[in-house]
Amino acid sequence: MNTSRYVARSNAIAARALGDETMVMSATNSTLFTLNEVASAIWKAADGMTPLDEIIKNKVCSQFEIAPDAALKDAEALVENLAGHGLLLVSHEPITKQGNSCKEPA
Amino acid sequence: MSSVMAVARASSVVVEIGGLPIRLHCNDQAFLLQIHERYAGYVSSSDDVSFDFEIELAPPGTESGDEDLSVTCNSGIWLLERGDFRAEWNPATGRGRIQQTINPFSLDSVLRIVHTLLLARKGGFLVHASSAIRNGRAFLFSGVSGAGKTTMARLAPPDAALLTDEISYVTRQDGRYMAIGTPFFGELARVGENIKAPIEAVYLLAKGPENKIEPIEGTAAVRGLMENILFFAKDPEFVKLVFDSACEFAARVPVRRLTFVPNTSVWELIV
Repeated sequence: MNTSRYVARSNAIAARALGDETMVMSATNSTLFTLNEVASAIWKAADGMTPLDEIIKNKVCSQFEIAPDAALKDAEALVENLAGHGLLLVSHEPITKQGNSCKEPA
Repeated sequence: MSSVMAVARASSVVVEIGGLPIRLHCNDQAFLLQIHERYAGYVSSSDDVSFDFEIELAPPGTESGDEDLSVTCNSGIWLLERGDFRAEWNPATGRGRIQQTINPFSLDSVLRIVHTLLLARKGGFLVHASSAIRNGRAFLFSGVSGAGKTTMARLAPPDAALLTDEISYVTRQDGRYMAIGTPFFGELARVGENIKAPIEAVYLLAKGPENKIEPIEGTAAVRGLMENILFFAKDPEFVKLVFDSACEFAARVPVRRLTFVPNTSVWELIV
């Protein structure tokens, strides 16, 4: 069994990097979140194909002075929180597809 | 012939808000007259309209006032529903239908929603804010109910042209953000002047012991705007459009906190 966790940004969100922070808005309930610099790095790397521990190693520990264990623990809490609001998808398998939203014809 | 007599023989009236003419058809002459009076200053004689809505009036007392608003899109058709109205609208054909009782506030709500949907595709939005033009520049005063929107409108000096005391209309034109007058009013119960000007600044309102202006930047500016922008559709694509519009706007137009004492002295800062 694959013990790695994969994270992917949901399609049902709007996001914008503003300086070192990132604003993320849920398209389903319009809740607005502000991610700090470290959380923004995780968010940006959440492509569904890169395991979370690899993101922590390459995008967090290498750029911010955070111990790997503490970084992973904090990242898991962040991921759980964002996943709970539908902003991130979490899986033990790589995430390649998401559902589409209702679209008005152009 | 007076305009009132003219509408008395017509079966439709064109209401043009934000430069967007919408023709409203209705068989009820009394309701047409109500629309004509309610949107005075925004009634157009143009035959070249962007959208046509057929209004069907239901008997009084048939509304169920406790139903929440729902705005959904299915196969390109927008469905707008609340206890007091039900509207369908196809932007592709430019036609729509509104079922409501003889209540101008229901029509007001439908028009607001239609304009938010149209503005979203153009980088604009409606925002809970009073606004006025002074020295050729528009100033917006935004906040939730009770924040002081109508108070700022009431305190405006004679040289300020009032655009609205409740809902401001923001468009993006040639890379600039413009504020345009609206007939959407609050406690002031007065339609705004149908004029426009480039937006100089948005002030997020707070009442306090002294008049003070502080800059708001980055995520705080966007958050402050998003808390006051009107958008009703839960469709992810539209939420993204509105969010992007707020981010673009905050990147180009100063957003500031205006703490004020509710007297005319506050307008000394708005120049």
